[in-house]
Amino acid sequence: MTTDPAITPEIIAKHGITPDEYERIKSILGREPNFTELGIFSVMWSEHCSYKNSKRELRKFPTTGPGVLVKAGEENAGVIDIGDGWGVAFKMESHNHPSAIEPFQGAATGVGGIIRDIFTMGARPVFNLNSLRFGPISESKNGGADSESKNQKSKIATNRRLFAGVVAGIAHYGNCIGIPTIGGEIYFDESYEGNPLVNVFCLGVLRHEQIARGAAKGIGNPVFYVGAETGRDGLAGAAFASRDLTEESKEDRPAVQVGDPFREKLLLEACLELLATDAVAGIQDMGAAGLTCSTCETASRGGTGVEIDLAKVPKREVGMTPYEIMLSESQERMLIIVNKGHEQTVCDIFEKWDLPYAEVGVVKDDGMMRVLDHGKVVAEIPASKLADDAPLYEREAKPKVAKTTSEADLLKLIPSPSAGAVTESLQSLLAHPTIASKNWVYRQYDHMVRDGTVVLPGSDAAVFLIREAGKFIAATSDCNALYCSLDPREGARIAVAEAARNLACSGAVPLAVTDNLNFGNPYKPENFWQLRESVEGLAEGCRAFNTPVTGGNVSLYNENPSGPIDPTPTVGMVGLIENEKHITTQSFKDDGDVVILIGDRGSEIGASHYLKVMHGRKEGLPPRIDYTRELALHEALRALIFSDFVKSAHDCSEGGLGVTLAECCISGKKTIGAEIDFGDTGLRPDQLLFNESQSRVVISVGKANAAAALALLEWRGVTAQRIGTVGGATLEIRADGAHFTWNADTLHKAWYFAIRNCMS
Amino acid sequence: MKAAVIRFPGSNCDQDCFHVLNNVFGVETHYVWHKETSLDAFDLIVLPGGFSYGDYLRCGAIARFSPVMKSLVEQAEKGKLILGICNGFQILCEAHLLPGALVRNQSMHFVCEHTLLRVEGVNSPFTNAAITGQILNLPVAHGEGNYTADEATLRELNLNSRILLRYADAGGAITAAANPNGSAENIAGICNARRNVFGLMPHPERAAEKILGSEDGRVIFESILNTLGISKAA
Repeated sequence: MTTDPAITPEIIAKHGITPDEYERIKSILGREPNFTELGIFSVMWSEHCSYKNSKRELRKFPTTGPGVLVKAGEENAGVIDIGDGWGVAFKMESHNHPSAIEPFQGAATGVGGIIRDIFTMGARPVFNLNSLRFGPISESKNGGADSESKNQKSKIATNRRLFAGVVAGIAHYGNCIGIPTIGGEIYFDESYEGNPLVNVFCLGVLRHEQIARGAAKGIGNPVFYVGAETGRDGLAGAAFASRDLTEESKEDRPAVQVGDPFREKLLLEACLELLATDAVAGIQDMGAAGLTCSTCETASRGGTGVEIDLAKVPKREVGMTPYEIMLSESQERMLIIVNKGHEQTVCDIFEKWDLPYAEVGVVKDDGMMRVLDHGKVVAEIPASKLADDAPLYEREAKPKVAKTTSEADLLKLIPSPSAGAVTESLQSLLAHPTIASKNWVYRQYDHMVRDGTVVLPGSDAAVFLIREAGKFIAATSDCNALYCSLDPREGARIAVAEAARNLACSGAVPLAVTDNLNFGNPYKPENFWQLRESVEGLAEGCRAFNTPVTGGNVSLYNENPSGPIDPTPTVGMVGLIENEKHITTQSFKDDGDVVILIGDRGSEIGASHYLKVMHGRKEGLPPRIDYTRELALHEALRALIFSDFVKSAHDCSEGGLGVTLAECCISGKKTIGAEIDFGDTGLRPDQLLFNESQSRVVISVGKANAAAALALLEWRGVTAQRIGTVGGATLEIRADGAHFTWNADTLHKAWYFAIRNCMS
Repeated sequence: MKAAVIRFPGSNCDQDCFHVLNNVFGVETHYVWHKETSLDAFDLIVLPGGFSYGDYLRCGAIARFSPVMKSLVEQAEKGKLILGICNGFQILCEAHLLPGALVRNQSMHFVCEHTLLRVEGVNSPFTNAAITGQILNLPVAHGEGNYTADEATLRELNLNSRILLRYADAGGAITAAANPNGSAENIAGICNARRNVFGLMPHPERAAEKILGSEDGRVIFESILNTLGISKAA
């Protein structure tokens, strides 16, 4: 066996451990750590595992509520009540850095990791969502000089490769394991060039009494390792994820794991079968920091110690050192604390599923995480200190003052468009990959397996029938990072509101939130300020909508050589639809239906996609949001839906009313036109059609119900107006004496094939 | 009547098939683990979709060596009804219970979407409740659904009306645009010479309830119930 290197300041620095942290390690151990122990501390105290730079901020989130069965931070995922003794476990997690280096495996193992987090809770995973961000995959309207455009072309080619790879990786893993991927969001922006964001979400269902815990309970209980053999892949991936991406990051490719969805499928079925017996005292998946994290966390949660012998761990390669075994992030592995006397049950079930398993250790009463190699101690660390006593930092925060061009100045900067330019702008916005149909993506995902996808991908929220529980769950993920880049607090507040609005549009009542905070290097004060502002904004939103945060993930160091990503605090929100009849989709249904705009016409053009896509400006302040108005809107909309008035409901977001109305016409099974008349607004047509003011929803109702619907809205004190009628083959919009016409089929083609055209 | 849904380790449409047979059609349905060796007790045997063994080599290539397959071949020879959906179709081809092979989609991408199918023949235990030329809306979800066979096989399949379903457009025309995977002659489902073994790429079990957007898959199950002399469930 090779001898471990001596501990030098260089080795310590290479592990990302500061001199202060090293002193802390020495005082915990009462001695110098050996090489294996240093490695163990480096991964457990990485941002990815310890949240050392973000934990103080995360404490600002509301985490409790009557429906919360397992709170944020307690276990691998939060669990909320959905009634009748059923609960759902759900969480979102990032795999950004691995996906930047190796998009296919990076994204695939991200999916694998989040699925394990869910079935570790004892829940059967029922669907996935994902929230993805890439650099542009189409040429911008404002292409520069020739040399510049050549450079742009090569960047676009890279972005397309990353996008295609990530989508294929998600499809590979999710399709094979048989969990439908039913929705999410995808944005394209320069700030994600070289550092794409891959945030994956999984939701599972379980009975309240089935909630499994990741605690090493019961002194003397045997500790089992089950699942795939340990190899050298993913060595210290958690530490890798906690650094900036650089030109040299390619050399970190061994830090990217390789996924085997078939093994995970076996592991999932075997674990759920085992959890249905009395054999399990505790269970924890081996995700980030692998065997290290699972042993010290289970011991820490159980208030116990765990002793394991690495000689007994199933291995894929010979000659692995204790350091490598402890830091490996090989996929599809779990640690199970077995009630003494039930060992045979574990053996029988894992034999049945043809999976490796081994008794590798025992629960002790001394609070130590003790690692042996053929009986010889190679690491010995107080488990709770390692798991829970990572240093916490308050980083310096400095406001990043964006150029806050006023609304009036923005309108002066861009010429008032001709009628032709307005017509063209709507078509261009619909064909912009961020707004365009994502069918090229979701066609590659099996989004129908498990027979529960009652709203197919492409509506405001995904809706899934969980047959075990007889419940309709709606879910959405949202974040307009363009807003966050210009005002992170308001952007985050809007992200929560938009998620809740999407759920309201689908007929659901929001229950809880999982979040994925994607930011740049926290040591840069402006990045840390963005993180803090966003967290405070999200926290405010979650309080307003009564949706506690039940867990999530922080991903920092999202930078490429040209700077940090736009701050991206992604919100995953889950809601419940009481009655099948309340399930509502966004597309117009029948000729003659009346179109109603709930909310104001709005006017705020700052931070809009219109400015960005048509004029190349990420500028101005995002629209302001008033939670009182927003909440009143949601309540009123649900009241209408529950009264069976609503045939379609679509929220107004990127691209404003113009895009919303067009999507209502073209995103259904058949395209359908509409005649809209806004009357006299006094606004420029681009301002009217493309402003992104908040708290607006477009609904359609049967002609006979229109008056009653408007009366109900008025009675509730919610602004609303009848703006037109569904029907015909064209979308016609009249305002201030102008008349714009689009052929619905033409708009559909531009929107539906935009991404496919970029990618083929 | 008793139905079996065979579970290979990587089957993932097993629960959906079980649900539709058991709960939608009220058929007594049992899961049969692939390591079991007898299928004598069943009148209908379903091979569900999924990735039976991860299918990194070739879909269904390893599943055909599962212990249960010996009994499956015996049951086929006895004339029992055998329905292979998606990965089940691939396994039936690998096991030579059906001719030809399912190779990678022409697009090289996995494809999941609703497709339209034209019923080519109703003279089978699996389509006798349908009408020839009827258009069915059924979803597909596969990476390897591109049916391929040599000319002699295709001729034989056509000659004996063994092609039961083809991808078609809404008007029933067999076009390249309607074909999601590049399948030869737009073939979506075929039966064996004795007509008791049927493999198809589309998923009828995903289109058996109104809430999932199409009930057109019911006709396949209703045909099977007809054949076995059982009146249609509500």
